[in-house]
Amino acid sequence: MKLLTHNMLTSHVKGVVKGYPLVIKATEVKVNELEFNAQFVSRMIPKLEWSALIQAAEWLGQSQDLPSTLIPNYEKDEDFLRKVHRILLEVEVIEGCLQCPESGREFPISKGVPNMLLDEGE
Amino acid sequence: MLGRPDHLAEEEEKNKCASVKRVKMKLKELESCLQQVDGFEEPKILLEQYPTSPHIAGCMLYTIHNTFDDIQNKLVADLGCGCGVLSIGAAVLDAGLCVGFDIDDGALDIFKGNVEEFELSNIDVVQCDVCSIGSSYGKKFDTVIMNPPFGTKHNQGTDMQFLQTAISMASTAVYSLHKTSTRDHIQKKANDWKVKMEVIAELRYDLPASYKFHKKKSVDIQVDFIRFTPT
Repeated sequence: MKLLTHNMLTSHVKGVVKGYPLVIKATEVKVNELEFNAQFVSRMIPKLEWSALIQAAEWLGQSQDLPSTLIPNYEKDEDFLRKVHRILLEVEVIEGCLQCPESGREFPISKGVPNMLLDEGE
Repeated sequence: MLGRPDHLAEEEEKNKCASVKRVKMKLKELESCLQQVDGFEEPKILLEQYPTSPHIAGCMLYTIHNTFDDIQNKLVADLGCGCGVLSIGAAVLDAGLCVGFDIDDGALDIFKGNVEEFELSNIDVVQCDVCSIGSSYGKKFDTVIMNPPFGTKHNQGTDMQFLQTAISMASTAVYSLHKTSTRDHIQKKANDWKVKMEVIAELRYDLPASYKFHKKKSVDIQVDFIRFTPT
């Protein structure tokens, strides 16, 4: 699971109002190299919940020196875009779980795939 | 028979996939590349796991890429991705990231195997019930591609649930396959949901007799390849 994907994931447990962001408890994290694409990264940034990304990076011990608030004119700052590229697309959670911040329900991550399925009635 | 062992030919095909990536890929090349994607071992009736043939997947992706430029550098979702032929194709065509969504463990294991075989890293997977995603993704994806369950006696209306979810996820366009016989119904729904619907092609979908209740060897059904866009 990449952090770009995590940034969009929400818990749908019944009765939960704000199942976001899901807490990451990782036991295995991998960095998979991917070709840097400045255009794609710049285009993704405005779609992100920035604070959730920073939080996720911290949980994985991968925050480097990413700023807690988004910098202005980021599209011209290649160093910054490269850092965001790494955290969004290269850092992957292989094993662990995601936890709904409201209900505490845990969703396992196995072989890099988060399992968001709920049991009947949940 | 003279000739090279199969695994060498396979290896070569995969290398070709990697090297043609940068230049403009031809439809034939894309198709033969997608022939390397493993499919379902035992399709499940309840989930209506019809495979998307490399030919159909190739035609869809080629058109989405070359006519509409909706794959390269885009955030793409593949709903009901199964073993991943559409996701792999989107990743090979340089999607910024393609995220596959499927409910089934078995299919996702094969999906992961395919991703490893192709050595692609612009691809991700989420296991979930597409019918319960609702509208939680906002319009975060650029493009949604899918070959949804057509909806049979076992799961009526699933195709429309997939479509509604897809429309809620895509900011640019949704590409989907639907039975031609349901076109009027889909048009009505598209009007209700205020999206523009354009039938790009009519395809003959050759369903192999994957399930026991298909008595013939294979069944041809008419399928529309449709593009939905916000109005």
